Amino acid sequence: MKELLVFIKKEFKHVFRDPRTLLIMFGLPVAQIVLFGFALTSEVKNIDILIADNSKDMISTQITDKIKASRYFIIQEKNIGGTDIDRAFKRGGVQSVLIFPANFSNDLSHEGKAQVQIIADGTDPNTAKTIVNYLTAIIGAYQQEKFPTASLRYQILTEPRMLYNEEDNGSMNFIPGVMALILMLVCTALTSVSIVKEKELGTMEILLVSPFKPVMVLVSKAVPYFILSLINFTLILLLSVFLLHIDIKGSILLLYMESALFILTCLSLGLMISNATNAQQTALLISMMGMMLPTIIFTGFIFPLENMPWVLRTISNIVPSKWYFLIIKSVMLKGLGLQYVWKETLILMVMTAVLLTIAIKKFKIRLQ
Amino acid sequence: MEEKVIVCKDLTKQFGDFYAVDKISFDVSKGEIFGFLGANGAGKTTAMRILCGLSYPSSGEATVAGFSVRNQQESIKKNIGYMSQKFSLYENLSILENIEFFGGVYGVSRKDIRERSDKLIQDMGLQKEAKKMVGSLPLGWKQKLAFSVSIFHRPKIVFLDEPTGGVDPVTRRQFWDMIYDASASGITIFVTTHYMDEAEYCNRISVMVDGKMEALDSPANLKKRYATDSMDEVFYKLARGARRSGD
Amino acid sequence: MRNLGFLLQKEFRQIFRDKTILAMILALPIIQLMILPWAMNLNIKNINLSIVDNDHSSYSQQLITKIGSSGYFRIISADRSYKEALEHIENGSSDLIMELPSGFERNLVREGKQTIGISVDAINGSKASIGGAYLASVISDFNANLAINEIKVPDYNTKPTGFMEITFSNWYNPLAEYKYFFVPGVLVLLLTMIGGFMTALNIVREKEVGTIEQINVTPIKKWEFILGKLIPFWIIGMIVFTIGLLVIWAVYGITSLGSLPLLYVVAGTYMIALLGFGLLVSTFCESQVQAMFVAFFFILIFILMSGLFTAVQSMPAWARIISGFTPVSHFIKIMRMIMLKGSGFSDILTELGYILTFALVLNALAIWNYRKTS
Repeated sequence: MKELLVFIKKEFKHVFRDPRTLLIMFGLPVAQIVLFGFALTSEVKNIDILIADNSKDMISTQITDKIKASRYFIIQEKNIGGTDIDRAFKRGGVQSVLIFPANFSNDLSHEGKAQVQIIADGTDPNTAKTIVNYLTAIIGAYQQEKFPTASLRYQILTEPRMLYNEEDNGSMNFIPGVMALILMLVCTALTSVSIVKEKELGTMEILLVSPFKPVMVLVSKAVPYFILSLINFTLILLLSVFLLHIDIKGSILLLYMESALFILTCLSLGLMISNATNAQQTALLISMMGMMLPTIIFTGFIFPLENMPWVLRTISNIVPSKWYFLIIKSVMLKGLGLQYVWKETLILMVMTAVLLTIAIKKFKIRLQ
Repeated sequence: MEEKVIVCKDLTKQFGDFYAVDKISFDVSKGEIFGFLGANGAGKTTAMRILCGLSYPSSGEATVAGFSVRNQQESIKKNIGYMSQKFSLYENLSILENIEFFGGVYGVSRKDIRERSDKLIQDMGLQKEAKKMVGSLPLGWKQKLAFSVSIFHRPKIVFLDEPTGGVDPVTRRQFWDMIYDASASGITIFVTTHYMDEAEYCNRISVMVDGKMEALDSPANLKKRYATDSMDEVFYKLARGARRSGD
Repeated sequence: MRNLGFLLQKEFRQIFRDKTILAMILALPIIQLMILPWAMNLNIKNINLSIVDNDHSSYSQQLITKIGSSGYFRIISADRSYKEALEHIENGSSDLIMELPSGFERNLVREGKQTIGISVDAINGSKASIGGAYLASVISDFNANLAINEIKVPDYNTKPTGFMEITFSNWYNPLAEYKYFFVPGVLVLLLTMIGGFMTALNIVREKEVGTIEQINVTPIKKWEFILGKLIPFWIIGMIVFTIGLLVIWAVYGITSLGSLPLLYVVAGTYMIALLGFGLLVSTFCESQVQAMFVAFFFILIFILMSGLFTAVQSMPAWARIISGFTPVSHFIKIMRMIMLKGSGFSDILTELGYILTFALVLNALAIWNYRKTS
């Protein structure tokens, strides 16, 4: 036990002696959380729209004014024809065109109806759909106000309620995901180089001839990173609460326990990679280049997992951050207890056990 | 008067308040084997890095092969060879590929590279290993190879920074034979070491203590001056007062 | 120039010698390109819905049936109380609750108005909020087709008035398929990772091993050394780009609408900018771990703020400025313009100008900051 402490101390010294690496390890993830917390949003705003009003009557002008009054659009007004629209889309300054035909008002009062045409740049399907939704809603509301007879007599209204996030704080949607993502990538990458570095420098042999059980070598490698990661987590948590105004609804203790478990899972994954590779470059490429995009996607904070083809949904099950993401959402934002997340917790535990076993097995093989 | 290839006057390198090299002055003649001694941390490597054009001096002046270390580093680099204490050939290139690369960047023609490397491989008896990765060779061979590569382009001066660290006595002996050969062919040798028996092989040696040059003479004269028959004793007497202990 | 030849020979030998790394450079991006875009879909389907029907009237039954058959929702539970339904949200099995109040049908007929409560799990990303909007539109559709609304109210004017019909069309992508949007972007990202990570690691590795010192003591010029590192990775990048375009065509059936040579010109310029970035990182860092973390920091920002996943225009102004300072956002924009819309040289000129500026500035900084003599 005493030797273990000596060893852990040595590993700590390695980590703390280098202030630059330390700054990079703590500073960068923290900066990312702040950046993404404020910047990312799933709302679509500031849409460049071109309004081609071929009628210029009272109604078309009023609708244009309504669109102007909404905060979603940046408006240009110009009469424009088919090929010009193509040109405008190709140049990229315009995302959609709203066309009022000539005699718009006239048709409305004489024929009783008239057409408005929306053309959207379909290369961004999400924005295109949102544009149509926004415009339909604005025109619909105008119609109801102006021509109540054309609207329905019996109305079912809906009253939406935003659970857990009444102020519609945008960062709430992204922070848990970004937390899971950053913790996972940072922890895994850090540990993935730990052993392979000693292999490269040739210091591994010194450790292996010491009267020290190989497992202890692994443990002492993991402990400093475990503690560092917990500090990292604390920093991220503090920023979320004080800067991004996210209330922690659930038990802090449970949150820490779950995070500690998740960090362990990532450390085990990192150790496994470290044992399986022979160069820092390879280890880092796997843990960063290989894991970055899959982690972003399969954590499930950008694309809903339920929408994915079943093969990919199955793949997502082996990504630890997916489970951690579910856990922190429940504990941190919904304020739920262990009884709601025991399944996810169990899965992380099993993952950790399996990864650690493989890591230790591989490590022993190297001894012979 | 014989030709001076290194002239060094009041050369100083300062890191903050710390004088790694403190006003050292000396010169080295053509073809000489010049030993540069000192405990670890005495400032040998720093001084050598300045002379090689890897580091700027804080003050003082030095010329190497007639070029100033203050602003003509690139000209110096064309005229010297360098072998650092950290082994520095590419481990994932073969012997021949390393020779070809370093010869090439020093401007040796492809034809000369081929001829000289054939001869070199012959001389060293490495015919079987020529295509092997350098990383797979034993340390002693790597060191000898690194030396051969550093003089492959026939530089005026070669700088050797603790070239024999960690190799066995037999290999060290062979290594010094190679140094003598190079010296005989007119190459000036500038070598740092902390093996005192190696110091005996040098024409002249200088001893650095705490960044200052405390002694400079032939091994025989130094022994006479300090009234002893071993270089070890000379060195011990000089370095005893050092404030900066080695690390 | 002669030195450059020797440097290139050496770099290529080293790259091809290390088969693991080479395989990773080629295989990692290609495999990811083949798999990941299938997961990138914002078409929300299978929204889990819990229903609390306090009315049990024929209208409420009709509405529920209509929602069930809309194709978007999976009704996972019919609960007796709101509290019970909330359980489903809490354990994650449900995204939305629709609560029909008792007296729903009666109030609607008598008073002409009735409100339905929809509760959205508002921390569930876009799924629940988009689901809420879908649900509202299904309800309003149901509303419009209600039998009592079909009966025309006698009016002074026989003709209906003021009905505005909205038609819409999506150009370049009529079915609004997400693959067109995401696939070119993913290719750009993968290219970015290779370019950024590989160059940064490569030089720092020479620093760590100590061979860079041996290089610094040779007469090799700074620009020769940097070019010697740039060219091999540039070529590898272009190979990966080409394979990527083939994969896009073979797997997703997407080919470039615009000029292919133009696409290559942009990609080539972009690679230079990116490699410059990698070099710059490596000149600042002392170890591979440091280089990797710095590269990781920037590349994650590139990924999340480049407009690949979330629209750049929707971000706050300061974040849009940051996004403008990432070369990736410009390249993704151009890729989409050329490949999907067939934009020409004059259309992309501004964006290309940005990339070119990045290429010049980053490389100049890298050369300036690389010190042969310290």
